[in-house]
Formats: sequence, C-alpha cells, structure tokens
Amino acid sequence: MINLTVNGTKVSVAAADDMPLLWVIRDLLGMTGTKFGCGIGQCGACTVHVDGEPRRSCLTPVVDVADRSITTIEGIGATPSGKAVQQAWLDLEVVQCGYCQSGQIMTAAAIIEMIPEPTDTDIDQGMSGNICRCGTYVRIRDAIKEAAKAAAGK
Amino acid sequence: MLHNMNPRQTGALSRRRFLQAGAAFGGGLMIGWVEFAHTEEAGAVDAPSTLFAPNAFIRIDREGKVTVISPSIEMGQGTFTSLPMLVAEELDVDMKNVGVEQSPPSDKLYGNPGLGGVQMTGGSMSIRGFYLPMREAGAAARQMLISAAAVKLGVDAADLTTQAGQVVHARSGQRVDYGALADDAAKLPVPTDVKLKDPSTFRIIGTPVKRLDVAGKVNGAAIYGIDVQVPGMKVATVAASPVFGGTVASVDEAAALAVPGVRQVVKIDNAVAVIADNYWAAKKGLEAAKPTFNDGPNAKLSTADVVAALAKASEREGAVAKTLGDASAALQSAATKVDSTYENPFLAHATMEPINCTVHVTPEGCDIWVGTQIPSITQLVISKTLGIDLDKVRIHNHLLGGGFGRRLEFDFVLQAVLFAKQSKDPVKVIWSREEDIQHDMYRPYYYDKISAGLDRDGKLIAWKHRIVGSSIIARYNPTSFKDGVDPDAVDGAIELPYDIPNVHVDYVREEPPGIPTAFWRGVGPTRNAYVVESFIDELAATAKKDPFEFRRELTANSPRARHVLERAAAIAGWGTRLDARKGRGIALLQAFGCFMAQVAEVTVADDGEVHVDRVVAVVDCGQVVNPNTVEAQLQSGIIFGITAVLWGEITLKDGRVEQTNFDDYKILRIDQAPKIETEIVKSSEAPGGIGEPGTSTLTPAVLNAVYAATGVRLRKLPIQAQLLRST
Repeated sequence: MINLTVNGTKVSVAAADDMPLLWVIRDLLGMTGTKFGCGIGQCGACTVHVDGEPRRSCLTPVVDVADRSITTIEGIGATPSGKAVQQAWLDLEVVQCGYCQSGQIMTAAAIIEMIPEPTDTDIDQGMSGNICRCGTYVRIRDAIKEAAKAAAGK
Repeated sequence: MLHNMNPRQTGALSRRRFLQAGAAFGGGLMIGWVEFAHTEEAGAVDAPSTLFAPNAFIRIDREGKVTVISPSIEMGQGTFTSLPMLVAEELDVDMKNVGVEQSPPSDKLYGNPGLGGVQMTGGSMSIRGFYLPMREAGAAARQMLISAAAVKLGVDAADLTTQAGQVVHARSGQRVDYGALADDAAKLPVPTDVKLKDPSTFRIIGTPVKRLDVAGKVNGAAIYGIDVQVPGMKVATVAASPVFGGTVASVDEAAALAVPGVRQVVKIDNAVAVIADNYWAAKKGLEAAKPTFNDGPNAKLSTADVVAALAKASEREGAVAKTLGDASAALQSAATKVDSTYENPFLAHATMEPINCTVHVTPEGCDIWVGTQIPSITQLVISKTLGIDLDKVRIHNHLLGGGFGRRLEFDFVLQAVLFAKQSKDPVKVIWSREEDIQHDMYRPYYYDKISAGLDRDGKLIAWKHRIVGSSIIARYNPTSFKDGVDPDAVDGAIELPYDIPNVHVDYVREEPPGIPTAFWRGVGPTRNAYVVESFIDELAATAKKDPFEFRRELTANSPRARHVLERAAAIAGWGTRLDARKGRGIALLQAFGCFMAQVAEVTVADDGEVHVDRVVAVVDCGQVVNPNTVEAQLQSGIIFGITAVLWGEITLKDGRVEQTNFDDYKILRIDQAPKIETEIVKSSEAPGGIGEPGTSTLTPAVLNAVYAATGVRLRKLPIQAQLLRST
C-alpha cells in the first residue's frame, strides 16, 4: 500500500510502484478532473501539484510521491491562487471544450503563486507546457493577469 | 452533406419538421417524455406531472425553470449556450433561469434541417440549422403559457404580454409566473402557427451571454466520455494494425494475463485489446502481449505513392462543378497566363481528449457512453452490427474534449462494441495518444491545379481550377455525391466573392489506398481557401498590384466581402512599413454563410522558421447570436489554423503513419500564439456558421504574409523552413 495525501485527505492505494500518479488519481481514486492527454509529458492536461509544485502526473510513478501532499483540480479552489484562477477563467470565459483546462488552471495557479504580477513573457514561458487544441491562449493570458490581481487583493 | 445550404430553404424545412413534432406530442406528450427520461443521461428529470414540455426542445417545471434540450452536441463551440439563447429570446425568460441538457439520439426530433435532417453537429451548421426551429419552439411555448394565463385570469389573451418568465395583464397589474402555468399549459394544443419577434426587439440574441457549460469545466466536475464510471467497469487499451488493411497475426495472451490486473485479451480482425482493472494495467498488458500483424496489400505504401497517383489523376478531365462563360477560350486570349499546383497534406485531428468509448453489451441490449457528433447514426450502426432493435442501443452522450470532425465518425465506437461484446463487464476502451494519431481518419491529401488569365490591364478574365483527391462525401453520404462532384471538395472554390467572367471548376475523385479520410475543421473551404487565396495573391503579384487593392477591385458586386476586406486592412494598418523578414498577408473568404477577411503578420527567422505575430480577423456572419462565442471561435479557428500551416502533416512510410504524439505532431503553444484582434460586423442577414471560417481564412493569410516577407511563394503545406532561409 502507498500512502498519499490528496486534497488534504489521507488515502492508501494498492498500486504497482511504477503506476503513474495520473492513473492512481483517475482509476483507483475515481477522481476524473485530472486528464489524460498524451502520456509523455507533452501536453500538461494531467498537471497536479505535489507539495505545491506543478507536476506531470502521467510521468510521475506513484511511489515517488508516497507520503507527499497532492492537490488536484478538485481541490485547487481551496487555495487563494487556485480560487482566483478559477474565478478569472469564468469571468473572462476562457473555456471552450474544457478538456485541457484542468491542467491549464493548475499551472496558472502555480505561476501566480510564484510571480505575483506575471508579464506576458512570464505567462508564455510558464504556460508553454500546456497545449490547448481549442486555442484559448489569448484569453488565458488575460485571465492569468486578472487572477494575479485578485489573488494579490488588488 | 456538410456544405452550404440556402438559409431560406433551411427555414422552410425546419418549420414543417417542428410543427410535425409538436402535433405528435400533442396527443402523447407525457409518454414521450417518460421514455425520454429513461434514455437521458444522468440529467435530473422531474416527475412527469410537473413538466410542461410543449415540444422536443423545451421543458418548464413548476418553479419556472426552463430546460432546453440541445439537438446539437457541445464540443467547445458554445452551442450549449447559443441554442438556449434562441429559445429564451422568444419565450421571454432570463438566461439565469435557463439550463441545458443533451438530447437523446433521434433524427426525427433533433435532426439538423441544414444537414439533411440528420442529428449531426458539424459543418458550422448548428446556428444555421436551428436558428428558426429553436425560436419557433420558444414562441410556441410562450403562446401556450399566454393561453393558459388567459383562462386562469379570466381575461382576453390579446390583452396579455410576457416579461422575464411571467405573463402580465397590464390593465389589472396581475402577473403569473410561468411555473404556475406549466401544468395548465401542458394540456393545451401546440399552436400550428407562431409569430416570431422582430429582430429589432431582441433582448438576448446579439448580446454577450455567459456560457452555460463552463462551471464544471474549471473545477474538474465536468464529465467527458473518458471520465465515465460504470459499476463493474473494466478498462481496455488497443493496438490496431499499424498498416491500414492489415490483420492480427499473433498475440502472447499468456504474457498479457501474467501482468497483475489484466483480465482478458480480446481480438477483432485488425486489432487487439487488453482488458484490465485500470488503464495502466491494460497498457502494460498490451506491451507484454507483443501483438504482431499481417501488413496486407498496403505494406509498402508511402506518401510519395499517394502524391504520384494524385498527380497522374490530375491529368484526367474532372466532373464539372461550375462553368461560367468560356474559361478555355479566355485563357487562350489572355495577355498573361499563370499556372500553379498546390498540395494539401494529410492531417490528424488530435482532439485533446483521446479517442475512447465505454460499452456494456448484455442480453438486454447495449449501453454506450461516449462523446459523439453523430448520436443517431451511431445508434443505427450499432443496432445493425449487433442485430438488435434500435431502442436497445442506448447512447449516453457526453461533453466532447474536442471534435473537429474526428467524432463525426463511428469507427472507434464500432471497434469498442466488437471488443466489449466479448466481455461480460462494461468496458471502457481508451486509445493511447499514439493509437489516436496513427489510427485517425485523416483530412485527405488534395492536389489542385489552377490557372488564370489576365488581360493587358492586369484584369482577371479567366479562371480554371481542378481539385483532385479523396471524396469524403461519397463514403459518408453517397446520395449527395452527384455526377462525380463532391460538394464538400469544391466548397469554397465555386462560390467566390470575386467578379470573374470566365470560370471552370472541376473535380477528379482519386482515392488513396490504405488510409481512411474524413472531415476536418473547416472542411472544403479550408482546403480551397488556401489554394484560391494564395493564387489570387500570385495574380496580384503578376499584375503588379497591391494584394488588397487587387481583391478590392474584384469585389464590386459583393459589398459584404468588400466591407470585411476594407475593415481588416484598415485595422491591420495595411500598407504601413514593416521591418525586414516581416510581412503582412491578406485573405478573403465567402463560406459557411459568412464573409471573412484576415490580415496576418509574420516574422521569418534567418533559419526559415515562421512566427505568426498578429492576426486581424473581421467577420460578417449575419445576425450574431452570442458575440462572446463568435469572438472565441475566431480566436480558436485562427490558432487551429496556425498549427496546421506551420507543422500539420501526417506522412506514410511502409504503410504506417510516421507521427506518434505531440512531440512529432506539434500543436501551437501559448508562447507561439499571435496577438489576435477581431471585429464582428453588425448585420441583420441570415446567421452564418462560425466554428470553421476562422481556420479556413488563416492559412492563405499566413502564406501570403510569408511571401510578402521573403518573396517565396509556398505551394505545399506545412511550411518548409528550408525554403525560407535567408541567403
């Protein structure tokens, strides 16, 4: 059994050591907000936070994050930065098909956590690991700036 | 049938269909809806007695909550908001009291009048097909609520009006909520004729309304096909023959079953699936199974073979799609003649949600959980495959993590059913990204020969265009393939916004062996706009005219086209100076009931890599329903187009697709995305479709900008950087 803390709740999972965290979250814990996109760390749809740092769950063997604290899209709204990003996403109507947006939001929340006033360049660099096939990039740029302002209480 | 239809014809068709559906429900209203409740996916369906369901599109409960049953599916394009807006406008309810649900499969109730009455979402046809039916549905419901209120209040219906979910008797000041009238209204006959609002009085249509489908998409709650969880469900993953037409040769079943969590190995002619407790176990099991395949007749096929066959076919006379004047004679008499050949590569769809389908086959029937653009066709195909009645195939349709035409096909559903019927358990079949890229149904390779003649003044007097390639329509909807012409293949090539006196457009059907072809975002107009608008640019250069002015002169009889062209040029600062290795390109489109112009600005690096810096898009799409989603679709279509023009290419070697995943089938990322500026022309013309024209116009705008930056005319896609290196 491998112990994890997921969105603040301690869980034990019977998983092979090499099973990626993505499939532990989706298939063993039944939490489907974290998405499978490519399986090779190219698209970012599977992004979660491990001890607050963004991580590609499709490439993270579960054994590597034993006893660590995992935050998924289902739990990110409990953090001030996550909540601000989700709200900005709604206010600016970022979403289209929405499939990649869990990963986009997880990465964006980490960016504004690290950079209180991100520039376009900060955003482009920080978000370039997340593919959106619907092309919501223009609105993502604006929404991250909005979220950063809200999170900073401005 | 994904080509333009006359909007007036569409309206007439839809009116008949709607009134028929209403009459059918007049007698058996509640029975119909009880059946519907059982087939509908997870949506909260109230007890029948609380419902007012005047037609297949609307349900109103006693609290006045309005639920719109969307005939179209939601794949990001925003129809789950724009179609309810049409109902809310005529029904006179606030959008905050409106919800949306996915319709069950039924061509009769939910077929799109713009797509031959088939329940299909594609071809930028949802608003065009349902603009009148949804409004009529709302207006009919409103009239029934007024009639019910007239009885309840003992007043003349003519003295009643409606406002924000209430019937109002102005003289006495009495107001009755729709919810309080729902039971009475349900007993009334559906009106056979309804009066629609004058567009000048619209309060909702044309305003930016917030999407109804996004709350669950920012917190992980939204359920796509791949997220479905059914009790007892297993998960499978697939390896199909890497060569199209190949068959399974061997599978090491024992090795697969030795992997912990693997339950079963199942085979069909051309593919193997490993069924397990979870995806990871299935994937490891499939690797252990080491399936081998008999490659079959396409074992040696390469892209070069396909192109050679298309080039040879281009020597044949084509089936005539359009003739005006005498193009051959005019070409012979022309002062200058220009001939070019353009090529379009195979493209994959690469939806963000990998292909998946969950199936449970039991003695009682078959349940299918999936995200599909074609629910009714899927239901029919599976019922025939399994030899069971249509109503025994229950389609539970879900949100789509992208469609772009990929989910207009049922190949993956059929495959999942053939696997799952070998299992007693429900099986969720998930394709790996590699399987998704290598077993797509691809946008066809097209090969176009195009010629034009200019007179001594540089005026365009002759136009000949031959389109050569696979016919998707001949496979998909054979009745629309008439006299050898594929109406999709020539869409965007025969109705040009330009005055050209002598025109000849023909089509040669040439099917590539060993690779399946299908619709892709922007369908015919995307392929043809690339050729037509690149070639118009060539002609402008030949005539030594400015590309914008050359087009403008040709649009004297198309004021809508001329207007978007002029606006795009003005916003973009057409004619102002740019630095070396930067260029500006313009393109014009008339398709999908829209007129669109784009100006792209690019920078070409010394190594030939192209970066799109800025795109200005101006669209006249007729009456706008939701400007918020129109703008989003322009942004979306442009980004989608840039991916294709810069990198999009599927190639074959030894019969196999060479690309595998997002590392070698690249998708545009945020740091490569341009600034996008959009303008939507205010118009009261019939509404056009907006999901695709942004993609269609982008390709030639970028290629023309590359020409402006480098002087190099590219006639093959994607852009080949080695042709653009600075010397």
